Amino acid sequence: MEASATTVTGGRSALERSPASRLPDRALKWGLSALAAAILILIVYFFIRLIGESHSVFSQYGLSFVFGNDWDVNRNIYHGAAMLVGTLVTSTIALIIGVPVAVASALFINELCPRRLRQPLSILVDLLAAVPSVVYGLWGVFVLAPKLLGGEKWFASTFSFIPWIGGGTPTLYNYFIAGLILAIMILPIVSAISREVIATVPLENKEAALALGATRWEMIRMAVIPYSRPGITGGAMLGLGRALGETIAVVLVIGAAPQIGNHLFAQGNTFAAVIANEFGEAQGIHVSALFAAGLVLFILTLIVNIIARWFVSRGSHGARGTGATGMTIASTDLSEA
Amino acid sequence: MSTISASTLPQVSSRRRVTDKVMRGSLGAATVLALIPLILILFYLLKRGLNGWSQSGFFTTDPTGSFFGNPGGIRSAIWGSIEMVLLASLIAIPVGIGVALYLTEYGKQSWFANTVRYFVDVMTGVPSIMFGLFIYIVLVTGHVGGGFTAWKGSIALSLLMIPIVVRSAEVVLLLVPSSLREAALALGAPRWRVIGKVVLPTAATGLVTGSLLAVARGMGETAPLLFTVTAAFGLTFNLGTLMNSLPVQIYTDIQSPRAEIVNRAWGAGLTLVLIVLLLNIIARFIASRSRRA
Amino acid sequence: MNTPDTTSKEQTDMSTAEGPPPERPQAAPEAPKAGAVPGKAGHAVKLDNLNAYYGSEHAIKDVTIDFPANEVTALIGPSGSGKSTVVRCINRMHEEIPGARATGSVRLDELDVYAPDVDVTAVRRLIGMVFQKPNPFPTMSIFDNVAAGLRLTGTKSKDLKDLVHRSLQAVGLWDEVKDRLNSPGIGLSGGQQQRLCIARTVAIEPEVILMDEPASALDPISTLKIEELIDELKEAYTIVIVTHNMQQAARVANSTVFMLEGEVIEHDETNKIFTNPSDERTERYVTGKFG
Repeated sequence: MEASATTVTGGRSALERSPASRLPDRALKWGLSALAAAILILIVYFFIRLIGESHSVFSQYGLSFVFGNDWDVNRNIYHGAAMLVGTLVTSTIALIIGVPVAVASALFINELCPRRLRQPLSILVDLLAAVPSVVYGLWGVFVLAPKLLGGEKWFASTFSFIPWIGGGTPTLYNYFIAGLILAIMILPIVSAISREVIATVPLENKEAALALGATRWEMIRMAVIPYSRPGITGGAMLGLGRALGETIAVVLVIGAAPQIGNHLFAQGNTFAAVIANEFGEAQGIHVSALFAAGLVLFILTLIVNIIARWFVSRGSHGARGTGATGMTIASTDLSEA
Repeated sequence: MSTISASTLPQVSSRRRVTDKVMRGSLGAATVLALIPLILILFYLLKRGLNGWSQSGFFTTDPTGSFFGNPGGIRSAIWGSIEMVLLASLIAIPVGIGVALYLTEYGKQSWFANTVRYFVDVMTGVPSIMFGLFIYIVLVTGHVGGGFTAWKGSIALSLLMIPIVVRSAEVVLLLVPSSLREAALALGAPRWRVIGKVVLPTAATGLVTGSLLAVARGMGETAPLLFTVTAAFGLTFNLGTLMNSLPVQIYTDIQSPRAEIVNRAWGAGLTLVLIVLLLNIIARFIASRSRRA
Repeated sequence: MNTPDTTSKEQTDMSTAEGPPPERPQAAPEAPKAGAVPGKAGHAVKLDNLNAYYGSEHAIKDVTIDFPANEVTALIGPSGSGKSTVVRCINRMHEEIPGARATGSVRLDELDVYAPDVDVTAVRRLIGMVFQKPNPFPTMSIFDNVAAGLRLTGTKSKDLKDLVHRSLQAVGLWDEVKDRLNSPGIGLSGGQQQRLCIARTVAIEPEVILMDEPASALDPISTLKIEELIDELKEAYTIVIVTHNMQQAARVANSTVFMLEGEVIEHDETNKIFTNPSDERTERYVTGKFG
């Protein structure tokens, strides 16, 4: 970059910078590169250590750690199917409730509501992301769970003919409440990404639909939704990743029972919750089992996140690449665990 | 068809009109539904939180109260959070901006930079409990500088905050017009000077906004602290020992059978939310001010 | 009554890329307009004192134009003269832009399109629109694109195939795409995409077709194909075409309207506008002295 030329008289030409003055540049470059590399190394190192710590459990149980069903701290037996089921059940509930509401609100804000309401409504929905998860837990334990218990009891008895959903006796803290809180917690991120994706739908496609004599809803159905589908799917998956890993709010409202709850309103557990719950007093192989749970959780969320981001990048053809969605994700990811 | 008039105009079927109305109404209803939890949370936070605040000595005493009387306030929790998040920010913000600078100024689209970018992205999706576990494994079990300590909690928080800072910083740094950089370089300024005197000042507002949002996030996290600092009660300014924090305090208090302690949890929750909201508002305010400028 | 330049039509025939087509797409008996007989009264559009605004900007001023039935009327004028706005007011697309509004009357036969109790959606069914940039729905196949408007009104699936076939034939696209009806609409070339969009419009059998610079984004060969198509379509539709290209207006339009800064300056037989305009501003424009 810097020309190095000596003048005819053998001195240094004006173009050449002394090696000493190039040092800060070099130092900066290598320093920053090292920082960047450190991030990658950190992730790999974490993986390695986590595997190391959970090794004893996996060597003892193998895959039945995940799929066997018997988690008994007293007898020192650790099969985590209950956590797997709980994790999947609560995340599924979160998706079923949260994604349609989030996408619907995104469609409303972008396509239907009066222009001047757009920003205020967006900010309000995004505000849900600013609430710390421990506050969600607080509210869930003392407000949501007690207030919904009556309704849950009515629901369970009215729909008792539906297997697993009805028929049981709801407990105060159960899968449903955990799933509901998770739905609320993933709402902002799914809505924000959906809004971004929906905003990239080309105006000319929307106009084409209207010019064919489509009603407003038909226009949304014909031009907006099909175009946004990949991006919205990605957003939903990011919400899923969030729901899978959420710890604090869930552990407070799921009942933390070490077995598979046999109906929607029964107590259960998740990988994240069991770690938070039992870590304090765990010893020996119990600790190892909790680390193993952490490893499973880590891999699960990693996979879901990677797939999700692939979808989102496919979906925001028009947006400013990861820039726009990146800022959104960074700023709405304001509370976790 | 015959002459078109208002009476011969083929009408849109009522099915379509009804569907249109119903769907539009549903979308609006869903939006209202999305806002209800926010309203309810804020409502109860205010109602019960203010009640918690009214307890004597709420802000001025530590939660070391007696078993039967006043359980104490949240002073040590507030101070602990501030201290730990401050240290975490001192780590995360420079590191995060540094990595972002690397990505925009040096790495750009190289395979290495793209890999870093990708994994930073992925890191934002890692559950925060993981960071707690990580620091536990690496620092706590090894008894590096003590057992559970506040500075380890800060490190866990900073790990969580770094990806947020990197991502938002990169967006902002990319917004600095390359013509500005090129002009400075063409004048013969070395790269580090260009970064220090041109790039960073131009991007300063955006960097501050992104950092504030990361700090807000750090303030609210519980899980990373549970595994690195655990719980404490007394007020301390020594980062090398156990330290209290708002999220952990709330988490512990929620599980107490005593009504006064639950009350305290609400008060603490209100306090925490207000701090986080304040940081958010300041960040947005700065961002909008710079946009208008 | 077409342009004096019939040789251009022969050239179009020879320059068609497909070679001698086995079925020459006709606008008359096989046209999607069942029962349309050449010469039967179509539907006229009359603008009366139309004013249009974008917020506070007064874009169209007291525009009064008669668009005769089954004829092609061209709107020409420099950029910003309001031609597109006029056309978008006819099918009430103008008001879709936030802050935009229009006053005055637009009549389709006896129907005042802006009457308060008129359903905009119903009007747009009768007044189709082709846009400047071809805009087939990117997630739909060729078939689905053409069928899009038909599906809105609940046309039965068994009828769809025939109707799609007829529309694609009417625009001269059938042979080119008949073997790949399920492939994506955006996989076609620009000219084909635009004809696809015209097929989509024609499929719902409107009475009027509005075209906003339909060929300006296309290559010359596709442009000529579109112009040929317009010539056939006018047997069954009333067509309004906005164009920057004066030669195109001369080739395709029965009458031409010259607009300047939101006002109608002159409206006359195309021939006259281009060879002997009454207004001096028209003369300056068509001879290329500005715009």
